[in-house]
Amino acid sequence: MPVNPELVGRDFPPTAPYLVGREKVREFARAVFADDPQHTDPDAARALGYADVVAPPTFAMVIQDLTLQQLLAVPDSGIELHRLIHAEQRFAYTRPIVAGDELVATLAITQVRPFGKGAMVTSEATITDADDAHVVTATSVLLVGGDDE
Amino acid sequence: MTENVTDASGIAVGDVVAERTVHLTRESLVRYAGASGDFNPIHYRDDVAASVGLPGVLAHGMLTMGLAVETVVPWLADAGRILDYGVRFTRPVVVDPDAGADVTVRATITAIDDEAVTVELAVTAADTAVLGKARLRARRD
Repeated sequence: MPVNPELVGRDFPPTAPYLVGREKVREFARAVFADDPQHTDPDAARALGYADVVAPPTFAMVIQDLTLQQLLAVPDSGIELHRLIHAEQRFAYTRPIVAGDELVATLAITQVRPFGKGAMVTSEATITDADDAHVVTATSVLLVGGDDE
Repeated sequence: MTENVTDASGIAVGDVVAERTVHLTRESLVRYAGASGDFNPIHYRDDVAASVGLPGVLAHGMLTMGLAVETVVPWLADAGRILDYGVRFTRPVVVDPDAGADVTVRATITAIDDEAVTVELAVTAADTAVLGKARLRARRD
């Protein structure tokens, strides 16, 4: 089944709120070799003006992943995990994610473009906090292989 | 080493502001899988990687992207200065079960204006570039 071009412009519900925990931030920081104390030491983060430890920039992917699960669950998407290659990733920040944030992400498919036998799909997650203020927009470009590949 | 990002007179296009080499092992990949929730078995099972035609178990692209930007964060002093960050995943990082893999990151200033600096990240493994167009913009105030 080819990728459904009607995914562009379709409305998706916001994801369930994700509460960012201090230990989760520390665990993620260690996993990406993030040595700077702002990621692990609350006092170092407070000295920079944050309420608690600052998540590494790519932690936003953990929240965006909830929207990619939504996309894969769409019955008529034509997108299957085993035919998927992550080609490109971008983040645009209003502020960093900080422990204690309660975040929701809203999925939008902004482009489906034919590419070889498959398609390039641009999937955007707009991530907002408990005050409904923008935190970061995470954008993935996914290469979806064709049926014969 | 160049001055801090906020120092208007102390930085220039072409300055290398940070660089490091990170040694990845299979343990690194399992740790990232757990921390990120990405449990795709091509990142820890040789048999699955081979069955889909890969040259070996691969590092998560998001692990490479994540460790690359963290090379620059100490220089930025505050990760919250980053306005945007993007990469293309051009080549995989194959992580040998015994020898692991070394990922080298070199961060160079490519543009400066009143509000922001642009930093390009050259990211290589086995002497091959693994990320393309890897760049971030960070506020200078």
